[in-house]
Amino acid sequence: MKRHLLSAADLSRDDALLVLDTADELAQLANRPIKKLPTLRGRTVVNLFFEDSTRTRISFEAAAKRLSADVINFSAKGSSVSKGESLKDTALTLEAMGADAVVVRHGSSGAPHRLAYSGWIRGSVLNAGDGTHEHPTQALLDAFTMRRHLGGSVDGRRITIVGDVLHSRVARSNVLLLATLGAEVALVAPPTLLPVGVHGWPCSYSYDLDAALPKSDAVMMLRVQRERMQAAYFPSAREYSRRYGLDARRFGLLPEHAIVMHPGPMNRGMEIAAEVADSDRSVIVEQVTNGVSVRMAVLYLLLGGREPVEVNA
Amino acid sequence: MPASSQERLPAATPPTAPARPPGIVGGSESADPPVAREVLEATDIVRALTRIGHEIVERNKGADDLVLLGIPTRGVALARRLADGITAIEGTRVRAGALDVTMYRDDLRLRPARSLQHTEVPAGGIDDKIVVLVDDVLFSGRTVRAALDALNDLGRPRAVQLAVLVDRGHRELPIRADFVGRNLPTSMSEAVRVLLTEVDGTDAVRIEQARKGGLAR
Repeated sequence: MKRHLLSAADLSRDDALLVLDTADELAQLANRPIKKLPTLRGRTVVNLFFEDSTRTRISFEAAAKRLSADVINFSAKGSSVSKGESLKDTALTLEAMGADAVVVRHGSSGAPHRLAYSGWIRGSVLNAGDGTHEHPTQALLDAFTMRRHLGGSVDGRRITIVGDVLHSRVARSNVLLLATLGAEVALVAPPTLLPVGVHGWPCSYSYDLDAALPKSDAVMMLRVQRERMQAAYFPSAREYSRRYGLDARRFGLLPEHAIVMHPGPMNRGMEIAAEVADSDRSVIVEQVTNGVSVRMAVLYLLLGGREPVEVNA
Repeated sequence: MPASSQERLPAATPPTAPARPPGIVGGSESADPPVAREVLEATDIVRALTRIGHEIVERNKGADDLVLLGIPTRGVALARRLADGITAIEGTRVRAGALDVTMYRDDLRLRPARSLQHTEVPAGGIDDKIVVLVDDVLFSGRTVRAALDALNDLGRPRAVQLAVLVDRGHRELPIRADFVGRNLPTSMSEAVRVLLTEVDGTDAVRIEQARKGGLAR
């Protein structure tokens, strides 16, 4: 493993499988009376969140605490960032406090990379979502969830990712990771919500959801990210929902074994119908549970051993 | 010491993969390849495990409430064999499991993070049971200390005992084994290698000359 986790592309196939296998073992912890390991005792993990988040921050916090690390939560609201403190000064403060790892979410793509390679801090940097760029731990927990439901491996499985790919760091990280793991990824979205250059991604793409569903082993619905949309990408919410929403009829087009995923937060009735989100083939709640195991695995693998020899790449 | 010729390298062949030492080298003249001598054969291992099985039953006056937990990798195979042996002796089924101690080790920061092994506690748990920890080699005692910590998080056994196939000495902690297959006086420059059919395809215990800073265990 490298020192930082900034992009799903940082992970080789072996790295990714190591994270998933480690998470498999750590998931057992949930069934024990004492859900805690002493491994990261005395180490400090800072959650540095410049953007709102519920599940990712709580998930990282739970993961770090289960490994006995000290956790400092830092959200931009109510901090000196709202007084105009720069990323650099914030980072220097964290360094002065002795952070061994910084989990960062930022509205700007590339902020974690800047943090990792600026020389401001010495600890590991974990990208918890940067702009419309990447969200590697989400991709890992998605792959982990798929593996559990699709016979232990995603190799050769067909994964369909539907919706606002343009603004989705989840989609980007998932495409990269799933391709590394040997899955066939298909993106389905209105042409306006596919990024320029998507033809260079290791996946296929199309505009017709009905055609894609019958050959999917898993379908991942993306949230329509209105807060990032400054232009009209589709005529109306209703039309979007009619063409790209997963309703009961479309749900029926899926093979028997296929699972339904959503990274959350969901817009029920928009990209996914409530009855589909609550069906027994929806693994949306389980994705949250798995997130803790996967983030524990990542924290352990990045912080648990000897510090790797610095290779700035 | 009889040397099987199967794994012997041709005399002229230089060692191509120093990471994996050649098996048994009898009367080697070159200093380079690590010299291994076999100290326990397959039948010795069977006898040692049979005796340990009897000792465990004797000490605990039966096999009730016994849980054997092997420390991966080879301890798990040994625990299974011991459990089968005791089951055959006593007629009551003895459960075996696995206890990975990686997350409890005190030397984690000395090496790159390592992958975890499987922990499997038999149904019924360990509360109020007599837990026998099983490992292949007892050396510094640090693995056993980690195992005791790991047990602590899993429950509260009535008693914990330790069974090892080989005790090679050089303890760094006040820990001793209750059941020992064979005491092997070794020097720090030697490595004890336990091979088991389940993992390695053959049963044997060998002493190898470890390379500098090598894989002594």
